[in-house]
Amino acid sequence: MAKVPIWDLPDVPTGELPPHIQLQRTRVFCKSDAPTNTENIQYSGAYASMGVDNSLRLDQFRSNFKVEVMRLNEDDMEFDMIGIDPSIANAFRRILIAELPTMAIEKVLIANNTSVIQDEVLAHRLGLIPIKVDPRLFDYMSENDVPNEKNTIVFKLHVRCERGDARLTEKRRLTVVVLIFNWLTEWYFKMGMACHAVTSDELKWLPNGSEFLLATENSASNSTSKPKTYTSFSCSQDSLPQFSKNPITLKHPDIIIAKLGLGQEIELEAHVVKGMGKTHAKWSPVATAWYRMLPEAVLLQEIQDEKATELVQKCPTKVFDIEDVGKGKKRATVGRPRDCTLCRECIRGEGWENYVALRLTIESTGALPPEVLFTEAVKILEDKCER
Amino acid sequence: MELGSVQDQSASTFSLTDEDHTLANSLRFTLNQDPRVTFCGYSIPHPSDARVNIRVQTTGDPASEVFKDSCQDLMLICQHVRSTFDHAVTTFKNEKGVNAMDLKP
Repeated sequence: MAKVPIWDLPDVPTGELPPHIQLQRTRVFCKSDAPTNTENIQYSGAYASMGVDNSLRLDQFRSNFKVEVMRLNEDDMEFDMIGIDPSIANAFRRILIAELPTMAIEKVLIANNTSVIQDEVLAHRLGLIPIKVDPRLFDYMSENDVPNEKNTIVFKLHVRCERGDARLTEKRRLTVVVLIFNWLTEWYFKMGMACHAVTSDELKWLPNGSEFLLATENSASNSTSKPKTYTSFSCSQDSLPQFSKNPITLKHPDIIIAKLGLGQEIELEAHVVKGMGKTHAKWSPVATAWYRMLPEAVLLQEIQDEKATELVQKCPTKVFDIEDVGKGKKRATVGRPRDCTLCRECIRGEGWENYVALRLTIESTGALPPEVLFTEAVKILEDKCER
Repeated sequence: MELGSVQDQSASTFSLTDEDHTLANSLRFTLNQDPRVTFCGYSIPHPSDARVNIRVQTTGDPASEVFKDSCQDLMLICQHVRSTFDHAVTTFKNEKGVNAMDLKP
């Protein structure tokens, strides 16, 4: 696109925009100093003098909008949304991070903690553990509610570090090395230096509710009735159809919660409650969710031979490719625009140019598979509109 | 909550509680796309209160009607996005399933 005075540009029929303005409307330019042209021309009357209708007709949106899924695993997904505006994409991203409910440990009742980890630090760590359960099956719990099986899950942790815990229990041929190793671990234990690591799979789910008795117990009067605990589950969560086949577990069983030395013990009960990322980040269902625009690199001139190899080497993510055009001449083409991280390495040399066009990537973690998360997020945006 | 003058229905400010940029920016976008709107903007009076003021000025139509219409539009956009997304995910899963079956001898 060489620079041409405006009067010499070919006439365009009314109802369309001349190509350079069309380019300006749909793309963000990424020059060597800074990106330019970043705002969208949203105003519906912006191009009225040209006779072009910039307003968003719903049918136009419907026909233009496309979604392409690039990658979908159990834990994360990446997909492209073509034809959507960044404000809506940003709204989805914000909802994914902050307003999708999940379950996380909120109250920790500590009966005994003789480890080096302080109570509050332990409780904080427990809160951040992701739990594999569908939050849609539970209700929110407010301050005045009694914890019951509809809004709470109870986990129990009771660990004690005894002598000989870390010893190898598998049978092995007793080679000299293993003998020495065993002796060393014994010696470490005697010195009190070995540690027993408390991993998250030691948290056991209690489907019947809490087992700790309330402090206001009067043992005489309750010999016949069921003792009152911190939660009042009217029926065991085991019996609910959703949980009888899939017991509630943690998403990763190998998270180290604490480390215990000899003779130290932790006994606690953790209550899991539904919440939103807005209140505390432990309730956020995604590790992170992000979006970026799809980059488009356009070469303004033909680049050949040494310049082509130089260009290919310059790009740290190997965006450019070399195409052999017979007679030993090489030409550079844009191979993988998606990999371009817009580092602008390639522009530092001479006048090439980069454009940017629109894309959304979402990475999620934890209880729900990512596609479900996204649909839930969209539903939440809809509900907000209804209010 | 709407603040406007009784005589001039075409311009008013809507003050929404318990909202933030998430809804306000998307609403502003859909409002702008409506040809009846001459001016549209939003502001957050103080970041500690969850409150958003959306200002709408139209070419004659009552502002609350236009506001409601754009809320409806946003809802329809969301529904369309959702269905397209679901469709794309099922297509992707089917393709992946087919590929996996092809690879297995």
